Amino acid sequence: MTIIDKPADVPAPRPDTDSGTPLLEVRDLHVEFKTRDGVAKAVNGVNYTVSAGETLAVLGESGSGKSVTAQAIMGILDMPPGRIPKGEILFRGEDMLKMSEEERRKIRGRKIAMIFQDALSSLNPVLSVGYQLGEMFRVHLGLSKKDAKARAIELMDRVKIPAAAARVGDYPHQFSGGMRQRIMIAMALALEPDLIIADEPTTALDVTVQAQVMDLLAELQREYNMGLILITHDLGVVADVADKIAVMYAGRIVETAPVHELYKRPAHPYTRGLLDSIPRLDQKGQELYAIKGLPPNLTRIPSGCAFNPRCPKAQDICRTEVPALSLVTEQDGTELPGRGSACHFWKETIHG
Amino acid sequence: MGRYVARRLLQMIPVFLGSTFLIFMMMYVLPGDPVRALMGEQAYDPTVVENIRHDLGLDRPWWWQYGHYLGGLFQGDFGTEIASKREVADIIADAFPVTIRLTLFAFVFMVVVGIGLGVVAGLRPDSVRDRGLLTLTLVLISMPSFVLGYLMQYIFAFQLQMITPTVQDSESFGDLFLPAIVLGSLSLAYVARLTRTSMAENLRADYMRTAVAKGLPRRRVVGVHLMRNSLIPVVTFLGTDIGNLMTGAIVTEGIFNVQGVGNAIFEALTRREGATVVGIASLIVIVYLFTSLLVDLLYAVLDPRIRYA
Amino acid sequence: MPEKTADKVELPEATGAASEATAPEAGTPASAKARSLWSDAWHDLRRNPLFLISAVLIVLLIVMAAAPSLFTSASPRDADLAKHYLQPPNWGHFFAPDWFGYDGQGRSIYARVIYGARASILVGVGVTLAVTVLGTLVGMVAGYFGGLVDTLLSRVTDIFMGIPYLLGALVILTTFAERKVWVVILAMAFLGWTTIARVARGAVVTIKQADYVVAAKALGASTTRVLLRHILPNALAPIIVVATIALGGYIAAEATLSFLGVGLAEPTVSWGVDVSAGRQQLRNAPYVLIVPSVMVSVTVLSFLMFGDAVRNALDPKLR
Repeated sequence: MTIIDKPADVPAPRPDTDSGTPLLEVRDLHVEFKTRDGVAKAVNGVNYTVSAGETLAVLGESGSGKSVTAQAIMGILDMPPGRIPKGEILFRGEDMLKMSEEERRKIRGRKIAMIFQDALSSLNPVLSVGYQLGEMFRVHLGLSKKDAKARAIELMDRVKIPAAAARVGDYPHQFSGGMRQRIMIAMALALEPDLIIADEPTTALDVTVQAQVMDLLAELQREYNMGLILITHDLGVVADVADKIAVMYAGRIVETAPVHELYKRPAHPYTRGLLDSIPRLDQKGQELYAIKGLPPNLTRIPSGCAFNPRCPKAQDICRTEVPALSLVTEQDGTELPGRGSACHFWKETIHG
Repeated sequence: MGRYVARRLLQMIPVFLGSTFLIFMMMYVLPGDPVRALMGEQAYDPTVVENIRHDLGLDRPWWWQYGHYLGGLFQGDFGTEIASKREVADIIADAFPVTIRLTLFAFVFMVVVGIGLGVVAGLRPDSVRDRGLLTLTLVLISMPSFVLGYLMQYIFAFQLQMITPTVQDSESFGDLFLPAIVLGSLSLAYVARLTRTSMAENLRADYMRTAVAKGLPRRRVVGVHLMRNSLIPVVTFLGTDIGNLMTGAIVTEGIFNVQGVGNAIFEALTRREGATVVGIASLIVIVYLFTSLLVDLLYAVLDPRIRYA
Repeated sequence: MPEKTADKVELPEATGAASEATAPEAGTPASAKARSLWSDAWHDLRRNPLFLISAVLIVLLIVMAAAPSLFTSASPRDADLAKHYLQPPNWGHFFAPDWFGYDGQGRSIYARVIYGARASILVGVGVTLAVTVLGTLVGMVAGYFGGLVDTLLSRVTDIFMGIPYLLGALVILTTFAERKVWVVILAMAFLGWTTIARVARGAVVTIKQADYVVAAKALGASTTRVLLRHILPNALAPIIVVATIALGGYIAAEATLSFLGVGLAEPTVSWGVDVSAGRQQLRNAPYVLIVPSVMVSVTVLSFLMFGDAVRNALDPKLR
């Protein structure tokens, strides 16, 4: 029972973290879906890495491919209609896409866990939360029903659910939205995975509860020194928690940056648009900026830069050539570590 | 829960009274006369008929007759047949066990095979085997049981000579095998389709994705998370269907000459023996009411979101 | 208490809808085309082979019922005792009177199954129309007004549901010496309206809380107007689905009752009656029984497939 009570100030040293291999590395990942209207290209060459203790925020509108990427990492894509034509997902240097289904299953939940957006529908409505939490211990560690229940109560305590012992037999619908999301977090945390993927963990919650849940998640992540991929469309959520940000659009990463630099100096017109559309107190009374147009239809992604129909700065080249994610530098050429932009005119955007 | 059961039991009373009253009225008030049927074609003396009618209370108003009948029923007296002078209770005691055996046999058959087929199809929605099963069940549903019954009789009794065309011993399980399959096949098709649809729908549920993401083995994802949810509507259907099976037995028993309730009720109808028809019908209504109560309670056990207060 | 049952029925639906709303985002690319429920359903139906096959069969059956003489020159009632049983089917004589052989009274089985369509279709359609009108009326009134009216009507529905269908129909129909088509229709409708009433009530209870109904009421629309213009059109889809599927069931029920000797009777030409007559010689002349049996099954199957296709097209959850 020591796992939960581990002193918070000493992050558990994880093997492999020093050896230079990142915890997770996604390389040139492509995902497509067969739909009624043709093949939807949901993910088109995504690259990112996450190290232990690091938080990567993946930002984008719905349909940008951020959730699909996460599902591909978890191995929970519906295939068919989904398909991964190309790419690698390296977990501790090993390509998970080449593993057997059984090997992947053993990683799921134990090494990589996921927190879903809508806890009410994501929890099984007819099984008690204690059963659903305890299942992790029973399946992965082979604990008895009784021990698993005791561990489930500890977990509920850990995520600050009041009267855990009394509520362990309750069902998901008997909890409030915030408490349910805590149960989701507890479930992901159960086996102290190396990496947690949180897919819009607070979107379904009240604003006041959102902050509490995010704080809890951040606290636990620090404590266990886990890698965290935080998927969101909410720039406000990201700022306090993330280390670095990847902005996605139409299945591609259009900009990466350490979190605060992105807010200060975006290097992609899309990111700029997102930042400008946040309401600000000092601009009270002015019309709120909105990116014009709609996200592209994934079965017919525009040629060139996918953002070009909506981009205020689009030139001819944007309509013909797909911009690669290139390194972003200062005006004098000094490298900005961790920064990249997939815009033909990133220089003008960041420095102009 | 206790209060809910009590309230449901109380609510059953008017429904029971209403249903039996309707059947009673159909039997007694609509034209057709058991005494005349007793007399048959032979010439009869009107005063004799009047006397018999008076003795039986058939000349009294309908509400008196119904009250009289109910009064007897509550004392466990189902009445007596007019022509044969047999106690209706005896007829029921002879016929009911046979029908119950047949119904249970059909029930087990439809549950095991129906859910089995449904699971096989539902795990792979839109696959070849799924479409095949949907077509097969559609064909089964579209075959009225007398069609299926005679088809089976023709194939197994006349062509293959495996069985006798009609049941010789209504007590024997072996003899009841074919009638039970015929009786259960329609419900089997419904059960298979319901299981299949319910599974296919739940397969796409968010909690299924969670279960996979938890790293549970597939048999646990399907066996615990999927089945636990998918079988709820199936159980509901199964409960309400027991009553239908018992009435469906009227046709099946006729085809295979099983000496059960169906045969008894059919004979009583042709002789216009009201007491027998209403007595048997009342029992079937009671079975129907209690099974639906049982289903509702079971529903609450299976689905914690349902709370009865 | 009625509210309780409503909760119980609606809950699984509600969760189903919730899971629909959070389906993987990439699977459903934003479609700019706004389609209505009905036009979308039609779009689906036109491409569904099962629907097309069943629709063709149904049209054929309706033509058969309306104008049987288009299909055969023989009369279903001309008995030639010389031909009875001794004339097995000539499977090669398409559309000829002896195509399916002759029955026990020497009547052309082919002619009889053609003429038998009318009774089946009439009863099936008649009962469906009657139960739909009656059930919708009861369900709408119960669902819309609620309270005591609802309790009363729901209890009456319970009572009718408590009567086993086949048993009730048997009891009613044995009391009629002469069972014309309309008698059978009325007897079956009298017992059968409850399913539609429950469906209609459930739909109305849900729709009545919809914003557009509340808005219409707030704007002072009369009760009749709210019911007919706002509630009925939106409650119609589930009612139509249940009714189309039930149609096949009524045809099967009519055949069963006629088979049991309490439905239609001679001289009405009916498949059920012919099946019943055919069982005497099942061993030696199985075709006498099998041909009308197949007709019943094919007809029921057509309507079932039709109803199934309509349901799938109208129920977005199943897509």
